[in-house]
Amino acid sequence: MTPRIGVLAMQGAFREHIQRLCAIGIEASEVRTLDELRSCDGLIIPGGESTTIARLLLAFELMEPLRRRIAEGLPVWGTCAGAILLARDVPGLDRPPLGAMDIRVDRNAFGRQLDSFEFDLNVRGIAGGPLHAVFIRAPAITATGPGVEVLAMLADGRVVACRQGALLATAFHPELTADPRLHELFVTIVREAIARRAAEGAAAGATA
Amino acid sequence: MTSTSTTPASAGLPSANGGGKVATATWTVKAGLAQMLKGGVIMDVVTVEHARIAEEAGACAVMALERVPADIRAAGGVARMSRVELIEQIMEAVTVPVMAKARIGHFVEAQILEAIGVDYIDESEVLTPADDQHHIDKHPFKVPFVCGCRDLGEALRRIAEGAAMIRTKGEAGTGDVVEAVRHMRALWGGIRRLQLTPEEELPAAAKDLGASLALVREVKQLGRLPVVNFSAGGVATPADAALMMQLGADGVFVGSGIFKSDQPERMASAIVRAVTHYRDPQVLAAVSRGIGDPMRGRSAAGLPAEEQLAARGN
Repeated sequence: MTPRIGVLAMQGAFREHIQRLCAIGIEASEVRTLDELRSCDGLIIPGGESTTIARLLLAFELMEPLRRRIAEGLPVWGTCAGAILLARDVPGLDRPPLGAMDIRVDRNAFGRQLDSFEFDLNVRGIAGGPLHAVFIRAPAITATGPGVEVLAMLADGRVVACRQGALLATAFHPELTADPRLHELFVTIVREAIARRAAEGAAAGATA
Repeated sequence: MTSTSTTPASAGLPSANGGGKVATATWTVKAGLAQMLKGGVIMDVVTVEHARIAEEAGACAVMALERVPADIRAAGGVARMSRVELIEQIMEAVTVPVMAKARIGHFVEAQILEAIGVDYIDESEVLTPADDQHHIDKHPFKVPFVCGCRDLGEALRRIAEGAAMIRTKGEAGTGDVVEAVRHMRALWGGIRRLQLTPEEELPAAAKDLGASLALVREVKQLGRLPVVNFSAGGVATPADAALMMQLGADGVFVGSGIFKSDQPERMASAIVRAVTHYRDPQVLAAVSRGIGDPMRGRSAAGLPAEEQLAARGN
């Protein structure tokens, strides 16, 4: 079955993610309501302003439902602002928004817009050479817990891509380039989650 | 958790581990920040306190200004780039991107804004133009620019000069949305006409638009501008903001509309929500409750020619 991937559409570059997913034949839709959140098999939290997205999730009462779905195993990929939302520790924020990943994320870690940059990055598990990565007022992952797999690191040791179970965080914006490989990785994570759920359902059915 | 690095952010850019070179101030990076602002509200702020209120309400960026456009109108005189200290204080106070305005054609104001490190420069008709013939050549700057337009030709001229983001002008400081609507309709009308124009007629169309053939061809192919386009100039209520979004804006600038309203915090937060759910009348009704009176405003139709800011720069 084709997984339905939602892109959180509170604010930010949600259209670009949807275009990237469509380009690889995946059904993708904007998520603004509880019903839309319930009906997706995986969710992308796009780049944008993390404070704005967090405010809007609270205002529209989606923060708790999203936190619950993540606890139940919903695959989520956060890019840039999305990675900030997923982190358990965000210096400067008393209450990290979702607190789902065992990582510390520093906001605006490279400076202001003048310091935004792009370059080629090797990502573990991504075949076919380096990815072109665009960093815009980007955060950096400056600490990772034991269950977190580091996928890409800068020369100074700061992590810019990592995975913890079905959760994926990137400090950069794969939606701004035509390279589909990270979107394909996320689709694989979503397919695995669906298969696992189906297997658990079958096992539960067999014992009943 | 284990700390992955002790290097301070100020240590500079990392070297690439993929063998490529680190590139800053590229077109992708300049236009990319505007892509991250989409679906958001950029609010004019004149003090640190305003900036904090705007950020708290969910603004995706703030425009640091000495006076909101309504007060610029009232004050008269020459409107220039804001004081450097004011902009710097606002940059210190918030984590969202900070924009600031330079006068049309005043490339030295723009150089100063780049030197203090603002995230975006608005080459704005709200300030008194410094050059009545030419806009700033925006390509050499590392900081991206947003510029105003009233129609497709004006938008494409600004993009050719290096603008990485466009906003339709509207009529700033009036609280009257009619000009914002006119300019947004003119822009999309121009784009739709190009989509119906056959290839052999594109050179003539480019000439009529006063725009480069390459950009005209790109717009025809994309069916939209090649950069993000916000709406500005006259948005005063959540309904106005949603109207501009339904007419095809990627986001909205709100100037006087927030801090000239009865209850700025509530108005700001309501407009932010309205932009997210711009197609949902139930949400729009809900956010329109309990926000007090919008700015009083002034009919744009009644403005004498010399007070029409949108006519500055072409």
